[in-house]
Amino acid sequence: MEQLRRERLDRSLKVRTEGIYAISAFEEILYLLGPRLLFIVGILILPFILEAAPYWKRVINIMCAYAIIAISFDFLSNFVGLVCLGGALFTGIGGYFTAIYNHYFSFPMYLSIPLAAVSGALFCTVVLLPALPLRGVYFAIVTLMYPLLFSRIIEALNILGGTNGISGIQSFPNPYIEHYTVILILLFFLFGLRRFVNEDIGLVFRGVKDNDQAVKASGINVTTIKIYAVFIASLMGCFSGAYIAHLYMWAGLSLFALDFSIIPIASTVIGGGGTLIGAVIGSFILVPLSEILREAGTLRIVIYCVVLTLFIVFKSEGLMIYLQRKYHQFERWVKV
Amino acid sequence: MKEEIILSVSNLSKSFGGLKALIDVSFQVKRGEIFGIIGPNGSGKTTLINCITGFIKPDSGKVHFKDRDITGFKPHKIAHMGIARTFQIMRPYYSLPAYKNLIVPLWSPRAKKLGGWRGGGKHGDRDTVAVDILEEIGFERDSRVPYKLASTLPTGYQKRLELARCIALRPEVIFCDEVFSGLSMSEIAGMIPLIEKMKMEGITLIMVEHRLRELFRVADRVMALNFGEKIAEGDPHEVIEDKRVKEAYLGSEGI
Ligand SMILES: Nc1ncnc2c1ncn2[C@@H]1O[C@H](COP(=O)(O)OP(=O)(O)OP(=O)(O)O)[C@@H](O)[C@H]1O
Ligand SMILES: [Mg+2]
Repeated sequence: MEQLRRERLDRSLKVRTEGIYAISAFEEILYLLGPRLLFIVGILILPFILEAAPYWKRVINIMCAYAIIAISFDFLSNFVGLVCLGGALFTGIGGYFTAIYNHYFSFPMYLSIPLAAVSGALFCTVVLLPALPLRGVYFAIVTLMYPLLFSRIIEALNILGGTNGISGIQSFPNPYIEHYTVILILLFFLFGLRRFVNEDIGLVFRGVKDNDQAVKASGINVTTIKIYAVFIASLMGCFSGAYIAHLYMWAGLSLFALDFSIIPIASTVIGGGGTLIGAVIGSFILVPLSEILREAGTLRIVIYCVVLTLFIVFKSEGLMIYLQRKYHQFERWVKV
Repeated sequence: MKEEIILSVSNLSKSFGGLKALIDVSFQVKRGEIFGIIGPNGSGKTTLINCITGFIKPDSGKVHFKDRDITGFKPHKIAHMGIARTFQIMRPYYSLPAYKNLIVPLWSPRAKKLGGWRGGGKHGDRDTVAVDILEEIGFERDSRVPYKLASTLPTGYQKRLELARCIALRPEVIFCDEVFSGLSMSEIAGMIPLIEKMKMEGITLIMVEHRLRELFRVADRVMALNFGEKIAEGDPHEVIEDKRVKEAYLGSEGI
């Protein structure tokens, strides 16, 4: 009897080593751009596909908002080496800033959201400044403390609406603007950052992660680089926070909720760190999953934990890295 | 012509807890020379480099670079002024290909200030410049070596990459912390012309070495440390005949 063995081959390296060799053939371009196009087109038509299920249409928004925070986490941790648990800090600050601009100063939302993103990011960067020389887990702890700190301050001093929050924030004029605002911004940040990390300045950021001593020895101020990085990440997080505030027409203490710190991290782990797109894929899995699990009540957390644990144990490299490898390989049966 | 003192270290001391890693070390380095620093393991050589390049703050003493007091300056500031260094424990930027490792120094404010690499274009195309530097230092241009991930390079190449990272900064002084260790005789033989070339270009080299024979082929002067103290300085062959140096090395590795 003939025996068959599965053989696994890597696709030609020429296509994969971006930038070094010129890519000429049409198939090669398609091979590289195909998945990207599929993703972009897929996410753009998603609101139309889900026309049939209105409840899930709203999930798109939250999913994308989380994806943006997850990208910012992936960027900071895997390209700059700062493990930042401050997702909740960013959303909280972004949300409250836009609420202040919109509610107290009556700025229209198309002004208050970008303003909140930028000024919120500045604010977050300044408060994180003292923590920047800290490494690893110490930086992580500080970023985790801040959201707790700010929500307690708001609660204790009963400012900015206290525990009731600020309600009556302007809502989006229609669902499509609601969807496409966040989808387009997500695509912008995703592809913008992907580009950025491969630019020369991006390589310096990655150098800080690999070996900050050597970066210093090259005459570059590592703290300055970290400040830029934290600003970029907080800009993304604050945008998400501001967006969510307008989505719910309300800014409250729950914008400082731990979910905004934890879910993006879990998404990055599941999707595969260091790929940026993995963080997005991870959010697109986890956020709908937690929606589904809402039915399960308290069991939700249990199921959530099990899924996460299984992923970490069996596919610790992350979905995206696994898929990328599979995409670049092809298998065939050969006679032994 | 009067010989310019480019680096002057006076009475540098550093202790870690009770351990005195450096005791009152003073020396001067002239512009353009190759200055060797020798000493048994743990004698404080790396600590000395760290104190001069700002990675550790000395307890007392002064460091002057071109008559400017740079004691206690931040590492990036010192590097920006033109003092580069390699690290004894090599750590390339793992996640980047070898040639991309040089983008960091080529992107640095110092490289921008000095303009293009040896006059070649404004900041030029940094990738091309990076491959040029790697070629100069012994990476075969047409092979795949310069494009390999830094973490996958053999030791010899990683050592050279450390040096290339320094060269890319276009420094006036380079501190080399044991760039020969872990290399084969033929690899060292390949690096010696490189070091001589840097000297020709006017770069001052301060080389910490255990490989004395190889060091003495290039060094103009050497200094010996033992338990953090300077025990000898001068012509390499005189230093090695010094009684205290012989004693310090006795029982450790042969010369
Ligand atoms: N950061 C530190 N904290 C505590 N002790 C240190 C530190 N750095 C160095 N030492 C100690 O100071 C002494 C000198 O160390 P140093 O690394 O300077 O020696 P070295 O001459 O470079 O040795 P080697 O030849 O092994 O590289 C050693 O006893 C070492 O244990
Ligand atoms: Mg040493």
